Amino acid sequence: MTAADLHTSTGAYVLHALAPAERVEFERHLAACEACTQEVAELAATTARLGLAVAAPAPPRMREHVLQRIQTVRQEPPEVPSRGRLQTWARALPRLSLAACLAAAAAFGGIAVWQHESAEDARSQARQAQQRADELAAVLAAPDAEVAAGELGDGARGTVIVSRAQDRAAFVAAGLPELPDGKVYQLWFNDGDIMRPAGVFRGSGAERVVLLDGRIDGASGMGLTVEPAGGSPRPTTEPLGVMAFPA
Amino acid sequence: MRATESSDAGTRPSRGVDLAAALAAVARGDQEQFTQVYDQVSAPVLGLVRSVLRDPAQSEEVAQEVLVEVWRTAARFRPDKGSAMTWVMTLAHRRAVDRVRSVEATAAREHKAALLDQTPAYDQVTEQVESRLEQQRVRRCLGALTSLQREAVTLAYYRGLTYREVAQLLTLPLGTVKTRLRDGLIRLRDCLGVTA
Repeated sequence: MTAADLHTSTGAYVLHALAPAERVEFERHLAACEACTQEVAELAATTARLGLAVAAPAPPRMREHVLQRIQTVRQEPPEVPSRGRLQTWARALPRLSLAACLAAAAAFGGIAVWQHESAEDARSQARQAQQRADELAAVLAAPDAEVAAGELGDGARGTVIVSRAQDRAAFVAAGLPELPDGKVYQLWFNDGDIMRPAGVFRGSGAERVVLLDGRIDGASGMGLTVEPAGGSPRPTTEPLGVMAFPA
Repeated sequence: MRATESSDAGTRPSRGVDLAAALAAVARGDQEQFTQVYDQVSAPVLGLVRSVLRDPAQSEEVAQEVLVEVWRTAARFRPDKGSAMTWVMTLAHRRAVDRVRSVEATAAREHKAALLDQTPAYDQVTEQVESRLEQQRVRRCLGALTSLQREAVTLAYYRGLTYREVAQLLTLPLGTVKTRLRDGLIRLRDCLGVTA
C-alpha cells in the first residue's frame, strides 16, 4: 500500500473492514501519523453512534450470567509506562504472529541492513550484511516476538521487537531526522542503569529496521542517543527515548 | 460551535453514571460499579452484536463475552483516547466481526455463495434505525449520505463485511469502497457533531 492508500484506510480500519495484514500495516502507519490518529478517534466515536442507534434491551438472564461470570475472571493489570526520563514508551502492541511480523517487515519496503563504519573488504561486508539480514528476519519472524512502541519526539516513532527465545531485539525507527555528518544514532541495551552499546545507524527520515548488536542477556530495555560517528562506549547525550522491553 | 446535532444522547448518555469514572472503579475491581456499567452498555452492545450476527442465541453469547471483556480489560481503557462508550462499542464490533469471520473461515465457500445470493441488508438495518424515534439524528445523518456511502458504511458496520466483500457486493473497485467508507464516516461525524 502507498502512503495515500494508508491514509484513506481510516474508515475501513475503524469499521474493522481491513484484512489482518492490512490492519497490521495500517496500525504501523498510525503509530507515525498524528493526523490519522485524530481521525481514527473521531471516526471510531462516529461508528459508536451507529451502534447506539440499534440498541436492544438485553434479557435479564444475560445480566445474571455476566455478573456471575466476572466472579471467576481475573482482571488484566493496566499498562505501566516505563521510567523513561524524556519520553514514555507505554503503548505495547498486541503480540504479533509470524505472518503479521513478516507483513510488517514487508511494509518497510525491505529490510535495511546495519551500516558498518569499519573498512572491511566489500565481500566480507556483503557476507556480514546478509548474515545480519538473516538474523534480523529471524527476530521479526520469531513466533514469540513481542512488540512495544513509543514516541521519539518531533513526530518520530520507535518500535522494538523482542524474541526471548533468540535473546535478540530489533528496532524500527520511523521519521527520525537526518543527522549532520559526523553524527550517528546509537542504540543501547539497558542493563540495570548501565547502558551497553548495541550498535549505530544513520537516520534517513524513512522507516529503518535494525538489529540490536549482541544478545539481550537480561537487559530490561533499550535506549537511543545521538553520538559522534563510530559510536561511543557510554552515552554522551540525553536519550531521545528509553523503553522497557515487553515482558 | 458547529451547527450540528447535539451529541448528548450519543456517546455521552445524559442519564446514568459517568461511564468513564465507573470504568475506572471497575479497573480497581469494583463489582458494584460494574453493574452500573453493565446497565448502561448492555443494550447498545447486544443491539450492535445482533445487527451483525442476526442469530439471537449467538448474539447473546457474544454480547456476554464483550461484557466480560469490559470487566477483564477495564484497566486498559484510556480516557484520553476517546469516550468510554466508544471504547465499549469498539470492543463489541470487533468481537462480533471476529465471530462472523471465524465462522466464515470454516465455511468460506458457502459464505461466499451466500454473500453473492443475498440482497444487501442495509435497507433492513436502516429501517430498524428509522423505527426508533429517539435515533432520528442517526437516521437523518445516514439519510444525508450519498447512497453509495450509506450502503458501504452500513454493510461494513451493521453486517460486519470487509471492504473487499463490500466491493464485491456493490461491484465497485476496492479503492472506491475504501474512500466511500472514509468520506461517508466523515460526513456522518460532521452531521452528528462527533468529537473524539
